[in-house]
Amino acid sequence: MITLTEAEIEALLLSLRISGVAVICALPFAILAAALLAQARFPGRILVDALVHLPLILPPVVMGYLLLISFGTRAPLGAWLLETFDIRLIFSWTGAALAAGIVSFPFQVRAIRLALENIDPGLYHAAETLGAGPVDRFFSLTLPLALPGIIAGAITAFAASLGEFGAIITFVSNVPGETRTLPLAIYTAIQTPGGELAAARLAAISIGLALIGLVLSEFAMRHIRKRARA
Amino acid sequence: MSISVDIHHKIGKLDLHAEFDIAEPGITALFGPSGSGKTTIINAIAGLLRPDRGRITIHDRPVFDSVQRVNLAPRKRRVGYVFQDARLFPHLSVAANLFYAHKRSDRPMNKAACDDVIAMLGIGNLLSRRPNLLSGGEKQRVSLGRALLGNPEILLLDEPLSALDLARKNEIIPYLENLRDARQLPILYVSHAIDEVARLADHMVVMEGGKTLASGSVFDMLGRTDLAPLAGQFDTGTVLPATVKSRDPQGVISFLDCAGQRFVVPFLGKKSGSPVRLHIRARDVMIARTAPTGISANNVLPVTIRDIADNGGDTLDVTLGLGHDDTGENRTIHARITQWSATRLKLAIGQRVFAVIKSVTVDGHLRADDL
Repeated sequence: MITLTEAEIEALLLSLRISGVAVICALPFAILAAALLAQARFPGRILVDALVHLPLILPPVVMGYLLLISFGTRAPLGAWLLETFDIRLIFSWTGAALAAGIVSFPFQVRAIRLALENIDPGLYHAAETLGAGPVDRFFSLTLPLALPGIIAGAITAFAASLGEFGAIITFVSNVPGETRTLPLAIYTAIQTPGGELAAARLAAISIGLALIGLVLSEFAMRHIRKRARA
Repeated sequence: MSISVDIHHKIGKLDLHAEFDIAEPGITALFGPSGSGKTTIINAIAGLLRPDRGRITIHDRPVFDSVQRVNLAPRKRRVGYVFQDARLFPHLSVAANLFYAHKRSDRPMNKAACDDVIAMLGIGNLLSRRPNLLSGGEKQRVSLGRALLGNPEILLLDEPLSALDLARKNEIIPYLENLRDARQLPILYVSHAIDEVARLADHMVVMEGGKTLASGSVFDMLGRTDLAPLAGQFDTGTVLPATVKSRDPQGVISFLDCAGQRFVVPFLGKKSGSPVRLHIRARDVMIARTAPTGISANNVLPVTIRDIADNGGDTLDVTLGLGHDDTGENRTIHARITQWSATRLKLAIGQRVFAVIKSVTVDGHLRADDL
């Protein structure tokens, strides 16, 4: 049994925390965006669609750069946040979560949208005649029926967040214990003379994490499918 | 008026103008060929579709009025809607499906009434199941129960049997008959299957090409020869209300009464006084000038010729008056005979003749050749 060093545990927990917060905070927005794209017809829909998918096609470094010029302490948005709420995203783990959330956002939206589009619209009509208003229909039909898609999207987005490198290092830099996630720690180890062993250990942790994630998601999907069939 | 409809709506190539009133409880069939606008009408009544203009009232309560700008949301119309494809919620159990509307109703049905509905539909043993494990007939019964438990003021059925095979149809129809007889609930039943209509409906609205051609009691409507959607479909048959009177000592024959005439049919196993429906096809009726003797047909009735109509082919439709029943309604049957027979017999309106009926179907399960 290999024991992890304190720095390795720190990077691992930081990665999990940043990815978890990123996915959970992005989820309501992802559901909203998916619902808009799947069900609503409005002018500028194509624009919203493109905006949602932008992080998927943009180089992560560009994403990080855009965040830096928007949320840097001297950038208007960043200055405002600092002044009014005393929130500083730059060089902080919350900034890393923001970057990870944005970069993995399209994965969540796509999975949820697919699930929403698979719901038979006739069910909504049935629910309307049975006395359910719009909010009621959302909670009694839309959410439970889209749950498999929501979970699948969250798992994919979590995995993408764990691996995010470019946007995080550009936006919030590489601060040990604050923004140094597993990929950043591996990068640092490789850059350090004699750090090959440390890099290998961190890579092994990453691989182990990915495998655990895969098994968990398989369990979750199997459970959902069983529930849908039962 | 239970339901009053007067709406205009343009949808695709169809220019819909529907105008009819449903006065009493019981089943009203909205009948017409596919594409005649039947589903559009009940969607408008339910509020799932907003007509271009017009007015719809349910129990004198306007639910849509384009002039006064009334358009109630479906959930505020107190309408039960059973869709062709059941539309049960796949993530909920049968019980949760059944009580979906009940939980949301502003005047929920009491427990005993709910139990009655579930018992009447025979779905008490399905409550813990998931909808995808139900048969087509079971799904439709649960869907019917779900709509009823919302305690609606009217019930809309959109071809609830059309997705089912003959055996499943015959499984559902008794429940619909129970519903018709047991509850004071007006039911609007969309169908293009004339045999379902003949068996279940009390009133009938006939649609064609988006227009309401005629409406009235099902017995009158089915006897009319001038309504194009009915022609051919039904061989211009007649549906008559009758009462079981007695049986022969051996129990092979039942005697029925309709408009003072005695009908002889194979033994029904029903109590004296039970209401039944007779279905007599025009092509099964012959006309004789004098009472025939030594004939195998069991039903030879003295009748009066009310009308002789050319139906466009080589044959004539002769309307024969049976007499009037307790309600004072004049009952008639139809005979389809050739021009040649009519000339040979010198038939004329007002003449007293004998109707020789080869076969009478009573209530009867739907037969494959009827559909």
